Amino acid sequence: MFNAFAQIVRKELLGAFRQQSDILNPIWFFVIVVTLFPLGIGTDPVLLARIAPGIIWVAALLAALLSFERLFKDDFIDGSLEQMMLAPYPLAWLVSAKVFAHWLLTGLPILLVSPLLAIFLSLEANTFWALFLTLLIGTPILSLLGAIGVALTIGLRKGGVLLSLIMLPLSIPILIFSTMAIDAAAYGQSYIGMLALLGAMLVGAITLAPFAIAASLRVSVS
Amino acid sequence: MLQCKNLTCVREERVLFNNLNFTLTSGEILHVEGPNGIGKTSLFRLLVGLSSPYSGEICWQQENILSDRESYYQQMLYLGHKSGVKPELTALENLQFFQRLYNPSVEFDVWEILTQVGLVGYEDVLTGQLSAGQQRRVALARMWFSDCPLWILDEPFTAIDKNGVKVIENLLIKHVQNGGMVILTTHQDLSIPAELYKNLTLQKPAFGEQYV
Repeated sequence: MFNAFAQIVRKELLGAFRQQSDILNPIWFFVIVVTLFPLGIGTDPVLLARIAPGIIWVAALLAALLSFERLFKDDFIDGSLEQMMLAPYPLAWLVSAKVFAHWLLTGLPILLVSPLLAIFLSLEANTFWALFLTLLIGTPILSLLGAIGVALTIGLRKGGVLLSLIMLPLSIPILIFSTMAIDAAAYGQSYIGMLALLGAMLVGAITLAPFAIAASLRVSVS
Repeated sequence: MLQCKNLTCVREERVLFNNLNFTLTSGEILHVEGPNGIGKTSLFRLLVGLSSPYSGEICWQQENILSDRESYYQQMLYLGHKSGVKPELTALENLQFFQRLYNPSVEFDVWEILTQVGLVGYEDVLTGQLSAGQQRRVALARMWFSDCPLWILDEPFTAIDKNGVKVIENLLIKHVQNGGMVILTTHQDLSIPAELYKNLTLQKPAFGEQYV
């Protein structure tokens, strides 16, 4: 059982390592979108620090959308998705492995470049930590929610726009609580409550989303 | 034992075939025939549980396949039109992945199997750079280390050369002689001894029953 999980993660990482543009493009997109803002609205540090959480979170959301294409699409085209659905393990467990690998390849790099962006947008250390923690908890939720959207739209020829229309409204609560937590940190208040709510969403997503993804795949592939 | 009871398949409100019944017991090869578009691939997707039938049921060891997928999938190998082989991995990596995920209990020599399917010397080339026939051989190589009794093969001989077809036919014969079961479609003539296999010809539904 755990062996199956590990094998799928290993295969995903190996495949991504061979096709590095798939991982690097969303990260570049994320960095470039964030750097465009100081160029567009001026370099006033107070203003930038004020809008930084929103910018970084919206950019992370868009970068995540960009990366969802590779979650099931290639597998669907070359038939390995069918084969995964015929593996002698619960499908929900196997898709969890796929989503985990996807988060390692797209969510984790966003976390890693976030200190750089915090400097670009003159965030203070305390605010940065709040940002980092919300990204740490929030990006796995994005991956899980996005996977449901991808699984629903996989059979459609132009599923990309539909995916954004399904996915973006679902991610509004994450955006709200994350930016609230970061704002609270910027004013020196405690933001543990918002983090706890985000954590609850993450636990909910981890336990429920794999079943939704598996069911959607069964519908889409049939 | 695989049983199909009164199976009806409907695609886009069009009935592909209705009231299909057959039983497959160990030691048998079932060759599904019919012109293009008659529903062979749709039948196979029903048999492996990728889609669910409009009516009727499919039973494996007297148990509906949709009620206990995992134990059915432990005993079933399906090779479809799409090979399921990852183009960005090498032949060797693909085989190792299949073995570890689908047949973790089987010990085998990868090099032996690569020799059998004629891929020695290509094991570290990315599968996407191999020819169509070689990519197909990577997928078919799973048959050599599969311990599943039931093999469901949709057009296994596509893009395979004459020699390869002969090797695979011998493998199928060996599999059924060991008590396995095979369902396959192919548009080529099988050179398997006639007593080892039976034909199933899919029929269009009668006039007046073509739409639901």
